[in-house]
Amino acid sequence: MVPLHWYLTLSAAVFMIGMFGFLTRRNIIIMFMSVELMLNAVNISLVSFSHYLQDLRGHVLVFFVITVAAAEAAIGLAIIISLFRNKQTAHVDEMNEMKG
Amino acid sequence: MNSYALIPFLPLAAFVINILFGRKYLKENAHWVSILAVAGSWVLAVMALMDVLNGNKINFDLYTWMLSGGFKVSVGFLIDQLTVVMLIVVTTCSTLIHIYSVGYMHGDTGYYRFFSYLSLFTFSMLMLVMANNFLQLYFGWEGVGLCSYFLIGYYFDKKSASDAGKKAFIVNRFGDFGFGLGIFVVFLTFGTVYYEPVFSQASSLAEATYNFLGYDVHLMTLIALLLFCGSIGKSAQIPLHVWLPDAMEGPTPVSALIHAATMVTAGVFLVARCSPIFSLSETALMVVALTGAITSLFAATIGLVQNDLKRIIAYSTVSQLGYMFLACGVGAYTAGIFHLYTHAFFKALLFLCAGSVMHAMGGELDIQKMGNLKKYMPITYATMLIASFSISGIPGLAGFFSKDEILWMAYAGESPVGKFVWAIGTLVAFLTAFYSFRLIFLTFHGKFRGTHEQEHHLHESPKSMTIPLVLLCVGAVAAGWVGIPALIGENIGVHNYIAEFMKPVLGHPEGHGTHGEEMVVMLISIAVGLAGIGLAYFMYIIRPELPDRLAQQFQAVYRILFNKYYVDELYSFIIVRPAIWTAKNVLIGITDGHIIEAVVNGVPSAIAALSSGLRKIQTGLMQHYATIMATGILIIVAIMLLR
Amino acid sequence: MLQQLFFGYYAFAIIILSLLVVTRSNPVHSVMWMLLLFFHIAGLYLFLNAEFIAAIQVIVYAGAILVLFLFVVLLLNLREELSLRQVAGSWPSAFFIVAGLFVVVTAALGSYVPGPVGAYSIAAVRSETHVKALGKLLYTEYLFPFEIASLVLLVAVVGAVVLAKRKLRS
Repeated sequence: MVPLHWYLTLSAAVFMIGMFGFLTRRNIIIMFMSVELMLNAVNISLVSFSHYLQDLRGHVLVFFVITVAAAEAAIGLAIIISLFRNKQTAHVDEMNEMKG
Repeated sequence: MNSYALIPFLPLAAFVINILFGRKYLKENAHWVSILAVAGSWVLAVMALMDVLNGNKINFDLYTWMLSGGFKVSVGFLIDQLTVVMLIVVTTCSTLIHIYSVGYMHGDTGYYRFFSYLSLFTFSMLMLVMANNFLQLYFGWEGVGLCSYFLIGYYFDKKSASDAGKKAFIVNRFGDFGFGLGIFVVFLTFGTVYYEPVFSQASSLAEATYNFLGYDVHLMTLIALLLFCGSIGKSAQIPLHVWLPDAMEGPTPVSALIHAATMVTAGVFLVARCSPIFSLSETALMVVALTGAITSLFAATIGLVQNDLKRIIAYSTVSQLGYMFLACGVGAYTAGIFHLYTHAFFKALLFLCAGSVMHAMGGELDIQKMGNLKKYMPITYATMLIASFSISGIPGLAGFFSKDEILWMAYAGESPVGKFVWAIGTLVAFLTAFYSFRLIFLTFHGKFRGTHEQEHHLHESPKSMTIPLVLLCVGAVAAGWVGIPALIGENIGVHNYIAEFMKPVLGHPEGHGTHGEEMVVMLISIAVGLAGIGLAYFMYIIRPELPDRLAQQFQAVYRILFNKYYVDELYSFIIVRPAIWTAKNVLIGITDGHIIEAVVNGVPSAIAALSSGLRKIQTGLMQHYATIMATGILIIVAIMLLR
Repeated sequence: MLQQLFFGYYAFAIIILSLLVVTRSNPVHSVMWMLLLFFHIAGLYLFLNAEFIAAIQVIVYAGAILVLFLFVVLLLNLREELSLRQVAGSWPSAFFIVAGLFVVVTAALGSYVPGPVGAYSIAAVRSETHVKALGKLLYTEYLFPFEIASLVLLVAVVGAVVLAKRKLRS
């Protein structure tokens, strides 16, 4: 029997990798994929909790997370497209209009 | 019964309409709104009089103005005998003066503005007299002060007029400060500012004292004197009388309405209204009586030598107001209010006549440059003559009865200073007759001393001006007939109606003298009045060169009187100039220059320096923000999980 | 023992694939590694008796979202950007923050106390089938959130169209 800790540690590791990617990569598409990675990490922990606590609510939550992730991907990619149309780049370094 | 609430609010509505639509739409028709409103108020006031005569006392709250803990103030109206008399005075004078103004102000550029201010004034004055609590009284009090300021400075492009407006306002501040404190003490003592509980509880606190900085102050004296401060300011008594003569810079109808008939009498009204409090303090009454007596003498002596038509009447007003306070001070509140009521008619009439003369003379005010106007202005002459007879106390006219009542009450009353103020009052009666007829003789008799141009221009005023004169003249003659003293009344079968009418509110102290004494007092006052007229006739008609010779001979006295005892100069020296010096050197130089400016400039420059450093954080790069956010998450999670 | 072995393989593969996803300079490669990653995660779900979740993981994530990503990457044509620096200069600080967070979270795992066990034991779910059990829950207890989720998707569809379409007047 695999203990719950292992799953949670795996989930934390994937989440941190996603976070690291988000904080360091400059390509906005890869940043976006990092966010998806973090969402998946959360899903892993939700499913494993569900399994160990014998409760289906975690699955329901995962279901909603996937729904929102899909919506977010659609909107986010649309934003990236229009950004690229204006800036001709997907590099976030070029996007510093908010500079003080 | 609540329709009486319309009495003040009709003029308010007129004000709103005029101020909003006057400039663009009403223009030369602005007077219709105001006159209809004030006439409506007059009709309602007469209805209120009927109601009160039938023995009703009306006291109702319109709506709650403020409610804070135990402190409750409403906009409420109290209509009793005193209020009704004031209502009649205010609405009658106001209506007539509104009509007069149609002619007087014709063609003025600010026509609508003038009428809207008049309406606002009428509203404030009515709020003042109809209030059923001190705070609303104060509201009206400040309201009339504000309107007075507006109207004195009505010709604001003239510096002297706007200065006079400011002077009136600032001088009144001194009095109102005391008045405001008085209301605070009333609230502190009684826990309410409504008249009824205050007055009914006052007698139970007659001996109460208030510890102030270690001194035990007699509470009722304190309240009465603080309230009287307001009266001194508003009614131009010594030492705050200086604003009223200057207030003559305003248009003449304003002088008649505000500075003769209504607003300046508010101080007397206040004393009469608070008579339950004043009666409990002998000291306060004495102060009131002496202030009144001294002011009346003081102003009358100044009035003897002035040459400005309106200022003479203004000093006469100050003097007559002193008379009213004198009456209140000896406990004869009824006599004071009675004089207030008759005075309103003959003094408003005098002012309006003066306005009529000014109208004919093209704004000339120096009576030394007039003369023989009776030929050109018969109606003005006749009405002004009657008003002067009235103020001089010629038997049968309004002024006689009220003045005689005051003098008799002073003589016969219980006041310790009664005999003294009676003597002053009698002297003032003589002086009043003298300067009033000096004015008449110099203005209307003798040769015309102005320019040819002016002489050519002389004409009687239009109907809208003369009709109010005639109507007020009726008042100046007949207003006193409601207060015929018992001495005469017994013989012709009439009572002293006003004394009986006012008795429930103001009481009516009985004189302690005999009929014989009363007769003597009356005869003396008639005699000094006639003597004053005779002397004026002698000096200005028979021997016109005499005044100049006297002025030469008694130069020092003449100078002091002509310069109004140098009070203005004194105030300028001890108050105005130090204030300006302080403002210039301390406030502008140190406070403003070094403290405020340092703060005002220092704060933004500090913020600018700080922010120019801080803004470097704002790189605009998304990942920097995300990194900082992740740091925050790390800290929060660490605190939460590893606690 | 076999279970641990299986888990070990999946965990190892998932971490390696995640690292590959975030470190590849070419986004197309990243997407490809991610596809593989999602299949592994789906396998892990099967391992946890969540067949339906595993199925939608493959269908929605791998089938829809990743295809969308690939589509956008190809659409944008980022060829010349590949020569630019791909990693922010501040990556060491990011690394320490992330590592610190990981240490904190894993350190806290030891104090985790599982709550009471719910009604859906593995046997119960198996007898009813996973899809049916989840469906019952979704359409009864979670009906309202479910409707809202559909609304979110609708908004996303409209929003994506509005954002991505070219301005007609230009």
